[in-house]
Amino acid sequence: MGSIQLQDVRKSFGNIDVIPGASLKIEDGEFVVFVGPSGCGKSTLLRLIAGLEDVTGGHILIDGVDVVDTPPAKRGLSMVFQSYALYPHMSVRGNIAFGLKMARMPKAEIDRKVNEAAGVLNLTSYLERKPRELSGGQRQRVAIGRAIVREPKAFLFDEPLSNLDAALRVNMRLEIARLQKELGTTAVYVTHDQVEAMTMADRIVVLHAGRIEQFGSPLELYERPANLFVAGFIGSPRMNFVEGPDAERLGARTIGVRPEHITVSRSGDGWKGMVSVAEHLGSDTFLYVEVPGIGTLTVRTPGELGLREGDTAVLTPDPARIHRFDANGQAIAS
Amino acid sequence: MARKRTTTRIVVSTVSAWVVGFIFFFPILWMILTSFKTELDAFSIPPKFLFFHWTTENYATVQERSNYVHHALNSVILAGGSTLIALLIAVPAAYAMAFSPTKRTRGTLMWMLSTKMMPPVGVLVPIYLLFRDFNLLDSRIGLIAVLCLGNLPIVIWMLFTYFKEIPKDILEAARMDGATIGKEMVYILMPMAVPGIASTLLLNVILAWNEAFWTLNLTTSTAAPLTVFIASYSSPEGLFWAKLSAASTLAIAPILIIGWFSQKQLVRGLTFGAVK
Amino acid sequence: MATRQTHMLGRILIAPSVLLLFIWMIVPLVMTIYFSVLHYDLLNPGVHDFIGFENYYYFLTDPAFLASLKNTLVLVGSVLIITVVLGTLVALLMDQPVIGRNFVRLMVIAPFFVMPTVSALVWKNLLMHPVSGFFAWIATSLGFRPIDWFAQAPLFSIILIVAWQWLPFATLILLTALQSLDEEQKEAAEMDGAHAFSTFFYITLPHLARPITVVILIETIFLLSVFAEIFVTTGGGPGLQTTNIAFLIYSQALIQYDVGGASAGGLVAVVIANIVAIILVRLVGKNLET
Repeated sequence: MGSIQLQDVRKSFGNIDVIPGASLKIEDGEFVVFVGPSGCGKSTLLRLIAGLEDVTGGHILIDGVDVVDTPPAKRGLSMVFQSYALYPHMSVRGNIAFGLKMARMPKAEIDRKVNEAAGVLNLTSYLERKPRELSGGQRQRVAIGRAIVREPKAFLFDEPLSNLDAALRVNMRLEIARLQKELGTTAVYVTHDQVEAMTMADRIVVLHAGRIEQFGSPLELYERPANLFVAGFIGSPRMNFVEGPDAERLGARTIGVRPEHITVSRSGDGWKGMVSVAEHLGSDTFLYVEVPGIGTLTVRTPGELGLREGDTAVLTPDPARIHRFDANGQAIAS
Repeated sequence: MARKRTTTRIVVSTVSAWVVGFIFFFPILWMILTSFKTELDAFSIPPKFLFFHWTTENYATVQERSNYVHHALNSVILAGGSTLIALLIAVPAAYAMAFSPTKRTRGTLMWMLSTKMMPPVGVLVPIYLLFRDFNLLDSRIGLIAVLCLGNLPIVIWMLFTYFKEIPKDILEAARMDGATIGKEMVYILMPMAVPGIASTLLLNVILAWNEAFWTLNLTTSTAAPLTVFIASYSSPEGLFWAKLSAASTLAIAPILIIGWFSQKQLVRGLTFGAVK
Repeated sequence: MATRQTHMLGRILIAPSVLLLFIWMIVPLVMTIYFSVLHYDLLNPGVHDFIGFENYYYFLTDPAFLASLKNTLVLVGSVLIITVVLGTLVALLMDQPVIGRNFVRLMVIAPFFVMPTVSALVWKNLLMHPVSGFFAWIATSLGFRPIDWFAQAPLFSIILIVAWQWLPFATLILLTALQSLDEEQKEAAEMDGAHAFSTFFYITLPHLARPITVVILIETIFLLSVFAEIFVTTGGGPGLQTTNIAFLIYSQALIQYDVGGASAGGLVAVVIANIVAIILVRLVGKNLET
């Protein structure tokens, strides 16, 4: 079991409100990702759940029990740190076993559990090594091993992949997601990388300046962003925003169209502009088109169109995929 | 390191560095040489550098005076005892200041160091009288307390700079793993800080071993360490140089050897975090 | 790590240190203040008359005070200048490509480990003795008349001994700092056309500012209370030529048994140390961020 519920959780450092008030409910077994730009309070929120920081106000319920006054060790959570935070003077075995030793588990049982965890994570042949003798990916596995061996109510991940190179990151992403599904343990995962968020999460919490902007499944966020911030943050390349007469015609202050929902042609009706940059990625081409009166629009087109810098392009948005936002930046339901 | 290194430059800098090093070391070398001379050779002009009648007689004489061993033992007890007690008090304080700092932490540290700024003579009179009234004059306990308190600010400061280098994450991980504060210190902090703790310990043993204000003023014989023993050679201007040298060599040898083995870490510790 | 529990715990963990240091500082200080306004003479026990600021008056107007204040400042100042300047030069030399640098390091650091009473006696007898000392032999071999160090230049002799003890400290801290200086920075400066002197003044010296601050602060703490070196060599003399404040108060308390006078002197010493500390922190403290 491991449901986590935040009720109006607030945190301030001195006079600065880092989290003005956050409420959400994470169901048992769910993989929830906190995503947002740096400084949005996502790590603070995670540390509040962990108990490494005190809440200024509100309640945190784990399995329905308020843990605000419970020290971190007694909350039954385990955490994987960005720096891995391995104990440098202990072997891999010592690292994984430390939490069990602290819980005074009998030695035989510790050994069994450590071996089991090492097996799952392909660490068996490294058990007697020290962390400094391991590669980045292996250290990451040890950190994960340390977290799973205690069979916690929930895992907390604090940007665990940001110190790995790109290729390894994709692998570990898959591995963590697979492991979490196998174990069925609740996971809260903090990242600033929206690709990680989209690929791993059951549900995503988008945070901005300490506020929860939207909480929903990846597809929901992509298809029905609640406001301008979420619309701009989720999706790559970024959604195009257009203001002025084109938006007012649709009854909105701002309209948004994703680059992949725009068709390009050499002539016809639509926004006319000049291609300023064309990025060829092979499978896709990103075109940056200067449209007079609107600005630069990004377009994603499959394959090659033969458009070059300086050519004229006509852009037609898919009318069914236009997002409309009011003066406050909130989405207008269609 | 892609700078030009001509042979001449290496030769010139090597020779000058060795000459400078030799000048630094010469008084000690001369003392050691003299300790193996007869009293007559010790005084001879021109001085005898290596070709004299080598003798260990002075060491035997110094050793025979049983009070040398007695004073050496006092030095060990005073330096070791005061350092260990200071460490016991300082580790928790440095831990707290390094890992849960408050707005006052910096001020507290500066205040602690400022107690070291107070010259010992400022409190010589009351300490002397208190010691007299509590029968602590010439006692090891009293001197251990004074040396311990005198060095406490430096111990705390050094430990603090070492602890600050340890990533907070690792201690938080231990806390998540269910370690209590005591276990956190014993299983995680102390093993990781071993080099820092060791050099703090060494520096304070050295400082306490060589301390020569309180030891000279508060002890006479029973608790007197080597500083006082050596000082007793100051009055007679007689033909004592070889024996003085032998006693001095014995007095500084342990610290010199410990110091030489640990000099790299010591110097780093002495920069008080000012040099990374 | 900012939870109420850790904060509370932090306070408990610091408490013993703060408490002990507070007692260590405040109890003797209050007693010193109390004694300083009494007529309190150990040779005349039982007489503890309140005499107000008379002790201060006598201490401050005593010519010995001004002389010892001057000696203290000259001693601290000279040793600081000698150790910082020579220390920088020796550190620069040792930062050059030197064969056997580790061995040179061992020779250079050695004086730091020598207890003050030993170094004072070895210098006084083996080196500076006017007839049989090593320096005297050098002087005569070169055709000069040997100097009677402690008679002709007593304070300078003390300065020499103390500087020898502290030079290794300055040298090695500055050397460590030099070695941590990014080689690429120096190379960049050379690429920019800077020659050795401008590299030193614009790159190296600013880099040394912090370690020099530390050297000055730590040395000042210890130099203000130089005692053993004077105690075993000159005993403050000849006359008052090598009496510093520490030694003056010592002789008043434990040689003349004038507790009241020594206490007044002790407080004056504390005030002087504080003034020096404040000046130092103003001058160099901005380089010292924790």
